[in-house]
Amino acid sequence: MEFIELKDVYKVYKNGVTALASINLKIKKKDFVFIIGNTASGKSTLIKLLYREEKPTKGSVSVGGINVAKLRNSRIYKLRRKIGIVFQDYKLLPKLTVYENVAYPLESYGLSGAEIRPKVLAALEQVGLSHKTRSFPSELSGGEQQRVCIARAIANSPKLLLCDEPTGNLDPKTSKEIMDVIEKINKELGTTVVMATHDKDIVNRMKKRVIVIKDGLLDGDYLKGSYKVDESV
Amino acid sequence: MRVFRILGRSFTNAFKSLIRNFSLTMASIICTIITLVLVSIGLLLSYNVKDITENIEKELTIVIFMEKDTKKEDVQKTREDLEKIDNVENIIYRSKEDIKNEFKNDEKWASIVNTLSETDNPFQDSFELVIKDVRDINETVTTIKNMEHIEMVKYGESSVNELVSIFDGIKIGTIVLVGGLVLVTVVLITNTIKITIFSRKREIDIMRLVGTSNTVIRLPYLIEGALIGILGSILPILFTIFGYTMLYEKFTGLTVSNIIGVIKLASPDGIVYNASLFLLLLGTVVGMFASGLAVRKHLTV
Repeated sequence: MEFIELKDVYKVYKNGVTALASINLKIKKKDFVFIIGNTASGKSTLIKLLYREEKPTKGSVSVGGINVAKLRNSRIYKLRRKIGIVFQDYKLLPKLTVYENVAYPLESYGLSGAEIRPKVLAALEQVGLSHKTRSFPSELSGGEQQRVCIARAIANSPKLLLCDEPTGNLDPKTSKEIMDVIEKINKELGTTVVMATHDKDIVNRMKKRVIVIKDGLLDGDYLKGSYKVDESV
Repeated sequence: MRVFRILGRSFTNAFKSLIRNFSLTMASIICTIITLVLVSIGLLLSYNVKDITENIEKELTIVIFMEKDTKKEDVQKTREDLEKIDNVENIIYRSKEDIKNEFKNDEKWASIVNTLSETDNPFQDSFELVIKDVRDINETVTTIKNMEHIEMVKYGESSVNELVSIFDGIKIGTIVLVGGLVLVTVVLITNTIKITIFSRKREIDIMRLVGTSNTVIRLPYLIEGALIGILGSILPILFTIFGYTMLYEKFTGLTVSNIIGVIKLASPDGIVYNASLFLLLLGTVVGMFASGLAVRKHLTV
């Protein structure tokens, strides 16, 4: 069985907008997949379906053997503990330090301080922020905040890392650094990465599998390195 | 272990956010204080109304006059029959001899009564009945009237019935008042705490996104709500205990009570502690309820 599998998925929002239609998709373990498309093409919706922020209107979504579409509201946390999510706007808690932000999810799972500490420090090491543990998010640059977000996402060693436009708010140089961090996680930890982005430079440079979404439909699925930027999005 | 850790962290987080969101915490606490003071006033008022009406009801007695020539054995039999009536709490028997003696000892009446010979006695044997429930007074009186050798039964007839229905009205009124105030408290505190929590919607969203279970998200908020309730009930409780005791001490000295002995403030002994406990529970429960309600809204997709 595939790690991620979408079968004939439709998503129609309450206001009548069809965000996704007849999506069929399989993603293997340890893969690194880009999902690209214009604004409002439905790529964010696709990512949201994977962590059950949205429910498919029709079809089935399976992540690591969990039927996400049928997951009850009160059980979502079980899925999310297996997934790391990186957001465009970082979603850090402003009143907690870097260390506390990364430790927070683990604390809420009920782990002890002794179990949490090595995980947090390892995650911060992985993103290169070991020296900023006591800073608050407001004292960090955008790139650093995104690193904290990534550290928080990988602290519990998830099998899947979902990234929703992680470089959307960053300059090209910082974007590259962030992508390097994410690629390193994919290679060293074997974490499956699914990333929605519209940054063509990144997609072009990294030569990964690329899935193109256009107006809610699957418009192309390019194997590793076969996608070129002039096949415009 | 895990449960205790989560509980411990919830307590810590609840205290932290109480302090971090100081102004909103204060708003919730002040709102709680104001409404609980109102509830306290309503409670004390209703206690007193109940106390006064009960006192007045206790003063209501039935007076029975026996026929003039009733023999002592028949009087005794009547007494036994009266004792058998369920609604009778207490019987005071006054023989016509006793009454005559009483008048003899009264300066105003002595001269008149003294003109009577030893055997001459215009008075009647009588009973004074204290009854258990004023509402059943009519049936009790009917039963008594049907007994033998009874000449007259007096109990203030229509005025008693009127009084009883007025008292019932007042009692229901105060209960409705307290109920209404409690409702206002629930609505006001719920809304204030809702606003407090709405400002932290982002925080709750993030918690959900990183895989915190709904229960664990809710816990610190419930604790926070309870703390707001407890903190908010301190002043109203002090107000109840000391304010009411002071009021009671000031009023008991006054001579208003000479006119109508039963209209006086109820003793604060049990009342203030009952009321305080009620305020504490109300504050705590409403605080938790409001928090739970407010968080719940953010926990559904």
